[in-house]
Amino acid sequence: MVIATRTLVAGVDVGSTQTKAVIMNLNRVILGRALVDTGARLNEAARAAFEAALQDAGAGEDEVAYTVGTGYGRFKVEFGNTQVTEISCHARGAVFLFPGTRTVLDIGGQDTKAIRVGSNGEVLDFCMNDKCSAGTGRFLGAASAALELPLGELGPLALTARNPVTITTTCTVFAESEILGWLARGRKVEDILMGVHAAIAARSLSLLRRVGIEPELTFTGGVSRNMAMVHLIRELSGVPVNVSEESHYCGAIGAALFALDHVLVGERVPVGAGTGEGEDAGRGH
Amino acid sequence: MGTPTEEILGATRREGKRLMDLWWQEMTEAAQTGRPTAYVFAMGSMAELLRTFGFVLNFPEITSLQIAVRGQSQAYIQAAEDYGFSPDVCGYVKADVGLQLRQGEHPYGKVPRPSLVVTSNVCNTYIKWSEIWEHLYGCPVFVVDLPGWRGRDSADLDGETFRNDARYVLGQLQELIGLCERITGKRFDLDRFREHLAEANRMAELYQAVCETNRHVPAPFNAVVEGVTYQGIAHLYRGSPEGSRYFQQVLQEMQERIRLGMAAVPDERFRLVLVGTTCYSHFRRFVELFASWGGVFVHSTYMIFAGGGFVPGFAYDLSRPLESFAERMVTAAYWGYTGSMFYQQDWLDEVVQRWHVDGICFHGVKSCRTVSTGLPDVREWMRVQRNVPGLFIQSDLVDPRLWSDAQVKNRVDAFFEALAAHKAARR
Repeated sequence: MVIATRTLVAGVDVGSTQTKAVIMNLNRVILGRALVDTGARLNEAARAAFEAALQDAGAGEDEVAYTVGTGYGRFKVEFGNTQVTEISCHARGAVFLFPGTRTVLDIGGQDTKAIRVGSNGEVLDFCMNDKCSAGTGRFLGAASAALELPLGELGPLALTARNPVTITTTCTVFAESEILGWLARGRKVEDILMGVHAAIAARSLSLLRRVGIEPELTFTGGVSRNMAMVHLIRELSGVPVNVSEESHYCGAIGAALFALDHVLVGERVPVGAGTGEGEDAGRGH
Repeated sequence: MGTPTEEILGATRREGKRLMDLWWQEMTEAAQTGRPTAYVFAMGSMAELLRTFGFVLNFPEITSLQIAVRGQSQAYIQAAEDYGFSPDVCGYVKADVGLQLRQGEHPYGKVPRPSLVVTSNVCNTYIKWSEIWEHLYGCPVFVVDLPGWRGRDSADLDGETFRNDARYVLGQLQELIGLCERITGKRFDLDRFREHLAEANRMAELYQAVCETNRHVPAPFNAVVEGVTYQGIAHLYRGSPEGSRYFQQVLQEMQERIRLGMAAVPDERFRLVLVGTTCYSHFRRFVELFASWGGVFVHSTYMIFAGGGFVPGFAYDLSRPLESFAERMVTAAYWGYTGSMFYQQDWLDEVVQRWHVDGICFHGVKSCRTVSTGLPDVREWMRVQRNVPGLFIQSDLVDPRLWSDAQVKNRVDAFFEALAAHKAARR
């Protein structure tokens, strides 16, 4: 089978906070990547990330043979061919980045996922936070707002803590008032921040324990760039934690790998089924 | 000569609706005439006994879920919260309180006021819920104390403990009979009671046979869709000839569906069991999320523990009706309401094997900790010990504010993606 070298695939991960896109060639080499804030118009964010990733790859849209959308806004990747959930995509992406991965922790903007994976990146089991955003990236967003610090500074500052506080609330909204309460009591910002990180880490570990922590553990999603969180997850889980420069793009990478499957087997059928968001299946009843 | 196919197929849907309408008609008339009405619960309704006295039976769990299916539960729940009930209180209770605050005006008719409330201790909320009616209407509340069984091994139904427990319940039933006689002015008619028990025996046997038809691949009915109607009729018409006739019809329809190769979900791909209830405010959506993947619920725990007092394999001994009735209540309490809650995996294990199940959906109910307790443990056991994948989702019985569509859909879709791989690997 001869396939043109410039046949490409794309994965677009429309998350609640940020949208990521990855362009990959048939040799599984990532040629381009892009990240934009999701905002209110999901289809526009998907398109913007996709075009930026194409530009990063120096490629044209006509070279992309197959696109898979993932993330909460996956049905808004209107130019995509099919959709796969980010649970499957993070599993696939994590095993691609670290082939020894058997457990994945993904902390995203409003979801935290613990996933047990097989050697081919297939999902064996998964657990997620319930519909409340406690223990997700949004918790850090609340801290960032309350302390008037950029998100990127939270981790390094937290790592300087000497006497961390204990954040007891499980509500992201109330966390902000608890943080203000600690500030009013004169506690140091870094100690409060470490308390916030520890609260998220504890909830994440609880999910990980539900699926069972089997090495290697790979940490993905936007929060994996936070070194304090990596440190805590490593400490609490007792196993080494893989983090890649590409971890933030893990869902999009997984989506691109699913797209690649379709191209390599010459299929253009959906991976699964399932209705589009809000669509009416209208079957069976 | 068999009944013509066209008469069989669809007959139960029409008959189910007719019986449901009839019940509402009876309730609405009772609200106007003041005919004695007993408020009872799905678990341990004692319908056979109360029917002997001619009580109209109101099942508030059913009226609450019907409000939700009609898409109106939020307004009723909000009315209860405005009255002072916490968001954490059981959604069924609050939908009912909203209903009572509206003088019983329900989307399907009018609910009469209670002359009597009969409950048991199998659910703490039942007792507190009953106290609300007692407070609102000053009606008598009769609580039957059912002894539980928390051992993993089945209770010895010939043993001394069981005999003592049955005697203890029998004493309470005799007290209840006295109360019913005072309220209705009617003497307890043992022969009539025996007839109700005989009908209940017939219905239980047919109900079991209907459940068994779903072992067929593809499944002829969806335990979450048609199953809810079956449970409803089993509650409302337990002990009546209408109930037995209905399940005879259902059984006939299922056998015909099997003969014709008709499936509840076209292109059945995955056979599932639901642990817990569905979310009635999003009933259709809930089913769609699974059916769109070719997923059919072949059974549910709800069909058993809320199956109108159904205890698999139990038949009343008509030669000693009251004693046998007490024994059924104790058996149901041992088997259905206490033991099975802690050792649900035993029942699931059997269903997975016999109903050819691919995966299990565990639905945690935010406003009911009782039915949600232990779900992660059972899920874990089935995965580790039996390699059966399980999905855990969470919303509510009837409160639409606790349904988060994107998150539920995400979990369901991911579950099916994994299930497809799992099923392929097992081949």
